[in-house]
Amino acid sequence: MRAPDCRLGIDVGGTNTDAVIMDAADRVIAKAKVPGTPDITGGIVAAIDAVLRAPEANPDRITHVMLGTTHATNAVLERRSLRRIAVIRIGGPATHSIRPMFGWPADLTAAISAGAVIVDGGIEFDGRDLSPLDTDAIARFLGQVAGTADGIAITSVFAPVSARHELAASEIVKRELGEVHISLSHEIGSIGLLERENATILNGALAGVANDVALAMRAALDAHGLRPATFFAQNDGTLMALDQALRYPVLTIGSGPANSVRGAAFLTGTADSLVIDVGGTSTDVGVLVNGFPRESSQGVEIGGIRTNFRMPDLVTIALGGGTVVTADDAGVRVGPRSVGYRLDRDALVFGGQIATLTDSAVAAGRAVLGDPGLTGSHRRTLLGALAQADVMLADAIDRMKTSREDRPLITVGGGSILIPDRIPGVSEVIRPEHFDTANAVGAAIASVSGQIDRIFHLGPGGRQATLDEACGEARERAVAAGADPGTVQIVEMEEIPLAYLTSPAVRIRVKAAGTLGGLLDQHREPAHGAQPSQGARRNP
Amino acid sequence: MKRLLEPAALHALARGCGVLGAGGGGETYLTLLQALQASEDYGPVSLVDVDELPDDALIMPCGGIGATTVSIEKFENGDEGDRLRDHLQFLTGRPVAALMAGEIGGGNGMLPITWAARLGLPLVDADGMGRAFPEVPQVTMQLAGISPMPAVMTDERGNLVVFQAISGDWMERLERAAAVEFGGAASSTEFSLTAAQARTATIRNSVSLAIRIGEAISQARHSPVAALIAELGAFRLVSGKVSDVERHTTSGFVRGSVVIEGLGEDAGRLIRLELQNENLVALERGRVLASVPDLISVLDIETADAIGTERIRYGQRVVVIAFGCAPVWRTEGGLALTGPRAFGYDFDYLPVEELAGASS
Repeated sequence: MRAPDCRLGIDVGGTNTDAVIMDAADRVIAKAKVPGTPDITGGIVAAIDAVLRAPEANPDRITHVMLGTTHATNAVLERRSLRRIAVIRIGGPATHSIRPMFGWPADLTAAISAGAVIVDGGIEFDGRDLSPLDTDAIARFLGQVAGTADGIAITSVFAPVSARHELAASEIVKRELGEVHISLSHEIGSIGLLERENATILNGALAGVANDVALAMRAALDAHGLRPATFFAQNDGTLMALDQALRYPVLTIGSGPANSVRGAAFLTGTADSLVIDVGGTSTDVGVLVNGFPRESSQGVEIGGIRTNFRMPDLVTIALGGGTVVTADDAGVRVGPRSVGYRLDRDALVFGGQIATLTDSAVAAGRAVLGDPGLTGSHRRTLLGALAQADVMLADAIDRMKTSREDRPLITVGGGSILIPDRIPGVSEVIRPEHFDTANAVGAAIASVSGQIDRIFHLGPGGRQATLDEACGEARERAVAAGADPGTVQIVEMEEIPLAYLTSPAVRIRVKAAGTLGGLLDQHREPAHGAQPSQGARRNP
Repeated sequence: MKRLLEPAALHALARGCGVLGAGGGGETYLTLLQALQASEDYGPVSLVDVDELPDDALIMPCGGIGATTVSIEKFENGDEGDRLRDHLQFLTGRPVAALMAGEIGGGNGMLPITWAARLGLPLVDADGMGRAFPEVPQVTMQLAGISPMPAVMTDERGNLVVFQAISGDWMERLERAAAVEFGGAASSTEFSLTAAQARTATIRNSVSLAIRIGEAISQARHSPVAALIAELGAFRLVSGKVSDVERHTTSGFVRGSVVIEGLGEDAGRLIRLELQNENLVALERGRVLASVPDLISVLDIETADAIGTERIRYGQRVVVIAFGCAPVWRTEGGLALTGPRAFGYDFDYLPVEELAGASS
């Protein structure tokens, strides 16, 4: 791997694909925004072409490329390009009362399932065997699914306590089936067997989608004669090397919002604040803690099934620049319909016939766009709608706060003109430069991390020895993922004692992060913060 | 009247058990899936009133005991009920006629359905708590002087223990210790009784109440919370936002407190809930608004879904409601077992109608 010089960050969103080039001093030197395409790959190719053709671009200096996308979520929602997965649950004789994939939407099961089995085995919370691993049953099942399964998903009871049965099963799969995609639950989710199993199955199903994206990106870069080191952004706002991303695509499923939070941090030099990303149709509010997105403590539902891997903690509301405003006898109504990408044709200020919140923002003087005169006859409706939108935004922001004190708010995304300068509970509204490509910036500046999330039993060394062990493992994982050992720091640590148990067991979650290996000292990014860029505008 | 527990009723029951959990009893997500799968595989379970059973019919109260953290990872095989039933029959020499939830609140309100479906036995429309409580002997059968013996505990592997304890307290200690050895969670039956005894020694119609609660929520035209309050005759203590959560785990129980800051018409009010697995007491400026054994439930302000004490977090928009417990808990003996003083508080119980009724 060459020493990092210029980095190409790409973000594939629902409406647009953005790309930025950043130099070694973390300046944005070129950016591009192109409309997305249904097959995702077209948008990636177009965005790469567009940014490389920018006059300031310097393709020969690009050493790294980082991609973030919400595409995997859409693949699940639309049951598109999903692989067929054989599911092995290790936990018998426990857990037979709920079969793998029981209660899934029937069409999703039909698209993904290549069969499922529950075999004896698994771990107890205190590390003992629940029962001995039934290796013969695994081999028999593999014999049945050989030829129909594109991948294998393996989940053991209490794998977060010990992964030994999952690892043993994985060896049997390699022996019986040779090269096949294997997903292991202990590398994907935490406590909660069904949710973790669901996430592990989805991971296998998404391997093809991840492959398509990687191939498209590689082809686009090849066309320009580029062979940079390739990374995917993951749910926590850090990077994983391409080969890791292909093994664990589900861990990249929330990278869009994570990148926007990371990008917002970087563009403002802020490590702790609220971040609001206003798009054309919806708005996400997230929280920046120590330079990283706060993660959700609850499971997330994807395509109607419960999962429990770590995702950015977000509140999403159906409100954006394209949100349609209507009025009738009952009063003014805001959304939830949006004109989406047709904003530049349909909105009043652009000569269209549909009143949108963008028109409201223009009528109120929050933005100068199109022809403000065209809003005249709708003024009352537009201002009434904006007042409603302000209440909805303030409520969403308040839901994400964890204490009563006022916090700063960073606004990013194309629709951020909607955001007023004063919001209850917000100490200041910060509007950074490059706000419209914050996601791609977030991908480009991302650091490399390692994480562990396991149940530990406090040993003879006591609590401190256990914490040291956990931190050491997280650091090793960060270095293995490509972080420069000298820059790796512990950025997050959480201890959760387990309830209702009489023996002292604690779930410990540690994340270590560092900069990309080989980066020059003066460009190191402190792991707990981000470096300011020029030109952030602060209000008031 | 016999009634089949079809999937729609199971969904409603799961929501109702959540509300009756008063913050405890664990989530009903897994137990609902278990009941749905068992009904699909073995046919739906019928719900019977105690009056439909002959006097000498043997009823087996049952459920799970142990850590919810364990049961979300290592849940049941489904055949535990077979062993509990078989061994209870062996010990008593009499056939089990029906199963009953020992505790209607939370996941334990539904678990017996999974076992009943396999056994082809009906579920009795009653339980031993009318809500959730933390300990095994906090049941109406204990109050009625029914012996907890023979008590049987089993795990998913087939291990089985019979307990012979001199009191309900000893039963609690011995069973909890055994549950840890089984891996933190186990299945058990205690306080088996006849239908004749059950007519006075249980909380009657609690399963159909839970179903009605769930139906009121899901069929509400406008506000699910308002529909639920109307169904239960509950008191709305406050609508607001969770503004502080303090929780810790001591000797196996979650203890702590939650502060709810009033919003809208309740703006300016601060309500504090004290909890030990369940919500025990609601306080406003030091004044008690409601306390055990009356039920205090925290609901999502939009959906009216119950939020358990382990899932409450800062920022949630909630409505806190309180409603009267089963009358038996308001007797002298009932309060000694489950009143404020039984949980270490230094005040006497007053019914929620007098406390919250006076302030609203």
